[in-house]
Amino acid sequence: MASTYELIASTTVGSGGAANIEFTSIPSTYTDLIVRYSLRSTANDSGGSTPIDVRLTFNGSGSGYSEKMIYGTGSSAASAATSGSLINWAGTQTNNSQTASTFASNDLYIPNYAGASYKSASVDGVQENNATAAASRLTAVLWSSTAAITSLKLAPDYGNFAQNSTAYLYGVKNA
Amino acid sequence: MASTYVPIATTTLGSSAASVTFNSLGSYTDIKVVYSATASSLVNSRLQFNGDSSSGFYSTQVLYGTGSTAAATRQSNQNSIWVDNTDTGSNVNTTIIDVMNYSNTSTYKTCLIRGSAASTQVDAHVGLWRNTNAITSLTLFPSSGTYSTGSTFTVYGIKAA
Repeated sequence: MASTYELIASTTVGSGGAANIEFTSIPSTYTDLIVRYSLRSTANDSGGSTPIDVRLTFNGSGSGYSEKMIYGTGSSAASAATSGSLINWAGTQTNNSQTASTFASNDLYIPNYAGASYKSASVDGVQENNATAAASRLTAVLWSSTAAITSLKLAPDYGNFAQNSTAYLYGVKNA
Repeated sequence: MASTYVPIATTTLGSSAASVTFNSLGSYTDIKVVYSATASSLVNSRLQFNGDSSSGFYSTQVLYGTGSTAAATRQSNQNSIWVDNTDTGSNVNTTIIDVMNYSNTSTYKTCLIRGSAASTQVDAHVGLWRNTNAITSLTLFPSSGTYSTGSTFTVYGIKAA
């Protein structure tokens, strides 16, 4: 039986860090895409205690994105929304001032990525560091484009991805 | 190596439909439903198992964010599980439903649901069907109207061994 859940590509960030993680030449032969990424930043946020956002774009496009997020910080829960040139909250990453060796875990699911409809996706991101603040985030993503997704890029809102950050891209077939 | 993640069935709507049913779910440990859909109006999508539309046997716990408010709510003693908010037009959603141990005949059935509709809200739901029967079919339907042409639905089986 053919495998329905296949690794397409993966990356592990080396000692110099990485400004982004990009998967290109994604084949259209699957039904859904799943990206699982474990991230830590080389940078601190302004207060040193909160996680750093992860940005997401498809096909190098700089328009047509909208999102809604619900999140918890360890002391409160809230929701936020935005739209524009990229997805701002495609999960989370641990910042460099937080407990050493802790990385955030993220799961991005994109159904029907090669279909003719606008592209919807779901992101779950969590980060825990045995301190006073952490993050759990659920994000709904819409890219208002009918183009098949052939590449995707993850980038920090500032700093770089730290060494030993990883990302795995899987393809899922429905038949 | 045996496959542990198997597509059981899939449908892409060639015309609008009042419901989508998957029968013959086979023998797996868990089942996962993934769909990307729109509807004829902004509605709740609902879920029933084994054709059971009896009022009082389903309940749902909901955590949701609207973009400005984070809140929780629940529904008890319903005739279906509240799955998500499904929008209309080009506002496609992504919804993922995990039903663990779906063929166990000793336990009520619980499912985890993630609804992602960037146009309306982001949801995390827990659904319960108070029935010990093995789940052999499931039906998704909008609370009113129909699912739109082009909506895609797939159910996967996951084997523990």
